[in-house]
Amino acid sequence: MLSYELIPLSENALVIKFGEQITPDIHERVRQVSTYFIEHHVEGIIEVVPAYTTVTVYYDPVRFAKNTNRKWHIEVLPFERICAVLKNILSSLEYADAPQGKEVVIPVCYGGEFGPDLEEVARRNQLTPEEVIDIHTNGHYLVYMIGFAPGFAYLGGMSEKIATPRKDSPRLHIPAGSVGIAGMQTGVYPIESPGGWQLIGRTPLQLFRPHHPQPSLLQTGDRVRFQAITKEEYKQIQEENNGDSRYS
Amino acid sequence: MGIRVIRSGLLTTIQDLGRFGFQKDGVIVSGAMDQFAHRIANILVGNEESEGTLEMTLIGPTLVFEEDALIAICGGEFEASIDGHEVPLWRPILVKQGSVLTIGHCRAGCRAYLAVAGGFQLPKVMNSQSTYLLARIGGFQGRALEKGDVLLLREPGRNQDSLLFDKRRTALPFIVMSWGISFELRSYFYGAPKTIRVIRGAQFADFTRQSQEQFLTQLYKVTPQSNRMGYRLDGPSLERKQSTEMVSEAVTFGTVQVPAEGKPIVLMADRQTTGGYPKIAQVIAVDLPVLAQTKPGELIVFHDISFEEAQRLYLQREFELKQCKKAIISKMGG
Repeated sequence: MLSYELIPLSENALVIKFGEQITPDIHERVRQVSTYFIEHHVEGIIEVVPAYTTVTVYYDPVRFAKNTNRKWHIEVLPFERICAVLKNILSSLEYADAPQGKEVVIPVCYGGEFGPDLEEVARRNQLTPEEVIDIHTNGHYLVYMIGFAPGFAYLGGMSEKIATPRKDSPRLHIPAGSVGIAGMQTGVYPIESPGGWQLIGRTPLQLFRPHHPQPSLLQTGDRVRFQAITKEEYKQIQEENNGDSRYS
Repeated sequence: MGIRVIRSGLLTTIQDLGRFGFQKDGVIVSGAMDQFAHRIANILVGNEESEGTLEMTLIGPTLVFEEDALIAICGGEFEASIDGHEVPLWRPILVKQGSVLTIGHCRAGCRAYLAVAGGFQLPKVMNSQSTYLLARIGGFQGRALEKGDVLLLREPGRNQDSLLFDKRRTALPFIVMSWGISFELRSYFYGAPKTIRVIRGAQFADFTRQSQEQFLTQLYKVTPQSNRMGYRLDGPSLERKQSTEMVSEAVTFGTVQVPAEGKPIVLMADRQTTGGYPKIAQVIAVDLPVLAQTKPGELIVFHDISFEEAQRLYLQREFELKQCKKAIISKMGG
């Protein structure tokens, strides 16, 4: 079993820290623990935020304060009380299987107006644009965490053959759905934003759906593959999305 | 009907206590910067503390009331008048239909909250009315208020309505209630430099002895590059003993991060959900309203206390607010 520490972040948040290094074991534990709290309501716990090696728990200190007589006479800090609750839950999860993340295929129209930096990524790695697309679509990616922007997934597993440094000066407007490379990372911009990533293509999928019960299409632990599509297919999928505007 | 915006002010948005439950999706919490003032404003008009209010920044809006409404404005010391007559903050005010509320410059502090009995008739997005400017969702059409916008109001509850009804038979454009919040409770943002209490962050020990000392004793100035996302501070540069890379993890309201160039940034209401910079400190919850009322150019000094003390102060504040709420409810009933 992996050891962990419980560290206060603020008066109403604490960090369950499984280690310093990004490893498959730690990722599995992060996913297992965060999934438990997403699926089970625990009195006084507001939400959890999984990351590379940590799960941060937001809680209501008032719920964990001892309320005797009319005064809030606290012999034990709310932090100590929630730690006791968490230790019980974590030990009960010790032998449980971590649920598998879902598989998500992200269709991408590479190059052209959607991927203005595809040629540069190819040139810097002494490859043809087609070879870059092959390498990018053959990769198996794992969502380590969601952060930076709503629906933005930090993906692990990109081949170093297509690693490319960020652009010297960031673009001011990168359209939602843009697929980019920054150093050893690849990712998709879920909303329009400024950014310095090398853009190689664009997906018609909505990665952030504010009115959907699960606003981020990708969740920590999901496995991702990219699939090359034509411009026509891109437009077709986009129109289907627009037809289903319930969650946009 | 509702409230019509004639002048928007500098940055006027709808905010509540934040959008919780979706940080795992990368959705930021947002919410009122000064949650104390926001909560008191709601309490004064008989709302739930979590009801959406209008957050105004440095210069307030001018609003026409197209129906009677019970309001309260709490927060920084803004100039406020109704039809040319100055009105106080931190008190319930009955505004009569047709009156014009003008909120001007801020003499001290920098943000205030206008609550309306019943609340604004706006849909919740992801369980919250808070405006999330970057993603253009929540609040009023996902954006700051503009001239010409009309904010519809929800029907006040029965208790709130009786208070409205009793005072309706007047010919005055407004009535200020004879009771409000004591100066002791509402004077938290005066004084310079402001002392901001912190607990030590997870990477505090990674900083050099000199940087640790400087951070906790020297003055820091809030720079103009400060907003609802974060306060960038200018003062002594902070160095770590070794510049090891950190993996990203969750950050929260009040987290003090130090990027490579060494100038600390305090994360505020619109912070991102996760961050990868070392955390030197965490501003204690009860001092966040003080910081939220600090404007660019003002000086602050950090002072560290134990986590245990911070959490006790948190509970004490919640207890005081509960007492305050009880007292106000009894005033309203009587």
